[in-house]
Amino acid sequence: MTTDTRIKSENLLEVDGLKMYFPVTAGMVFKKKVADIKALDGITFQVKRGETLGLVGESGCGKTTTGRCILQLYKPTEGSVKFNGVELTTMNAKTLRASRKQMQIIFQDPYGSLNPRMSAGNIIGEPLIIHKMTQSKAEWRDRVAELLTTVGLNPAMADRFPHEFSGGQRQRIGIARALAVNPDFIVCDEPVSALDVSIQAQVINLMEDLRSQFDLTLLFIAHDLSVVRHISDRIAVMYLGHIVEVAERLELYENPLHPYTQALLSAVPIPDPSVEAARERTVLQGDVPSPIRPPEGCVFHTRCPIAIDLCHQPDVLRTHEAGSPEGFPGLRDVGNGHQVACIRV
Amino acid sequence: MATLLEVRNLETHFFTDEGVVKAVDGVSYDVQEGETLGIVGESGCGKSVGAMSILRLIPTPPGKIVGGEVLFEGQDLLQIDIDEMRHIRGNKIGMIFQEPMTSLNPVLTIARQMSEPLQLHNGLTYEQARSRAIELMQLVGIPGSESRVDDYPHQFSGGMRQRVMIAIGLSCDPKLLIADEPTTALDVTIQAQVLEVMQAASEETGTAVMVITHNLGVVARYAHRVNVMYAGRMAERGTAMDIYHRPKHPYTLGLLQSVPRLDAMERERLHVIEGLPPDLIDMPAGCPFKPRCPFATDQCNETPPLREVAEGHLSACWYADDLDELNKKRIEKIQRGGI
Repeated sequence: MTTDTRIKSENLLEVDGLKMYFPVTAGMVFKKKVADIKALDGITFQVKRGETLGLVGESGCGKTTTGRCILQLYKPTEGSVKFNGVELTTMNAKTLRASRKQMQIIFQDPYGSLNPRMSAGNIIGEPLIIHKMTQSKAEWRDRVAELLTTVGLNPAMADRFPHEFSGGQRQRIGIARALAVNPDFIVCDEPVSALDVSIQAQVINLMEDLRSQFDLTLLFIAHDLSVVRHISDRIAVMYLGHIVEVAERLELYENPLHPYTQALLSAVPIPDPSVEAARERTVLQGDVPSPIRPPEGCVFHTRCPIAIDLCHQPDVLRTHEAGSPEGFPGLRDVGNGHQVACIRV
Repeated sequence: MATLLEVRNLETHFFTDEGVVKAVDGVSYDVQEGETLGIVGESGCGKSVGAMSILRLIPTPPGKIVGGEVLFEGQDLLQIDIDEMRHIRGNKIGMIFQEPMTSLNPVLTIARQMSEPLQLHNGLTYEQARSRAIELMQLVGIPGSESRVDDYPHQFSGGMRQRVMIAIGLSCDPKLLIADEPTTALDVTIQAQVLEVMQAASEETGTAVMVITHNLGVVARYAHRVNVMYAGRMAERGTAMDIYHRPKHPYTLGLLQSVPRLDAMERERLHVIEGLPPDLIDMPAGCPFKPRCPFATDQCNETPPLREVAEGHLSACWYADDLDELNKKRIEKIQRGGI
């Protein structure tokens, strides 16, 4: 199976100008809004059918929020999310629930995301009941056993409870639960971050197998660039609520254009002392600014090694292409679908 | 270089209701003055417990150091009384813990926490210690240290707190700094900052560093030598070049092959180590890696000794010398199988 035949040209998911502001309140009795946490400040991207889009960035950059906004687990402040051409943000609860059959999520924490009082079988089988996908108890049981086998667990484990499983096995249960409804699209929110190295590889291989077996489209969210690069077809890099660069996996590694992407790549350690000794490392100064008061102009300018005066000025940067949020250089195409949001490139 | 620390046959066990957990089960290694030693392994392999045992920080009960010697500058730390031990902790051996969020006291200012070891071990007054703290904060790259020294931990970001921890660890010019997963809780760009700071500061002070980590990449850049641990035992020991380029233990080989590499051009399928690490209460007889090892034979029912396979390179595997050949055959077989 090659990448090219799997990916079709149509967009399965279209996210346009998505904003998610969380209110910051003050006062004990009369809570009043004093500020916004700008978790997502206008992001636009597409995921093609059959494609795996990787979403990377550091903690607090908004990658998890993106995944949750797509599934409408958060109600976005502004912007549109179209799945299969249908707008999700304006959907009512009932149709939304029905549409969740096509899109599922795998959570980061294999400990917190499984109900400790439900058996593995009931956890995996619950979506089947909600979406009325099995007609009889026997059929339900068969389907649960089939799902357990699919993710490499023994069907006899259906009666066990989450605490009886290891971290890697729990993550497999989470994957089986997501697969139960035969979805087209799965948001994988840091699915291997909590796992040990040797177990991580097992789960990554499993997800690659399932992707081809069930023709899945994935949004793979992670902070580990090596893992994202391994599994994704294209990668979007996020920083402080914005997408700063989008490119094919190899292109992003060989030709990173945004200074943040370059720093991120150079910070990832490679398990090889001779390679490491020869590597140049760009160490970024300072910390990520607060999303309550993001810097004016390009949000990266406070840590950017190549920032110029122009990067600080909101008005100058506002003139970029339509669809770009105010005060941030919008993503522009530099050829071959490689998009970057930086005026210095 | 002289030997600074020598750990001989260290055994730390935890006595629980379910049975005896042999968290560290006869581990020996040494640290030379000024070197950086990496200790690598997955959760539960005994790497943290081993380091805590050096400083005798094992909660007792349920834990107990049941055997072995920890020779620091020739003195067995397991035999000295607790007052002498206090004189070593934070003074001759500094320690950085994994959690920068919880290892600082939230109700004391940074100045108070940084000056404590200086007052205790070096006999400085608070004023003297405070100004030394400011210098140390500059050493680890905390901007505006003069105004920030009186701040509380919650006013610092995770990366900055970990720098404070490094500064505290280095404050009394220790001979050895033990860093237990110093960057695991941090983002990659911050991780890079902190590691560079730690390396530069220890080079400047001539401190030997023991970095404990599960991330093979972190130690590749900084460590001179690496210990690979598995299920409470030493699987392999050698220089960084030995471990990464000429691994002589199937577990090390498996770990290296199972991480996706950022510089890999082709999308190759990851080579997986099948199965789970063993239950430390109910350890298999013989080699602890046997149940997961693709090369295991009947020979492996007998525990392999840690033996020298090349100069300064030790492996606890019966097949250490044939490993390259065995692995080549296995990869060919997998590729023929079309996986």
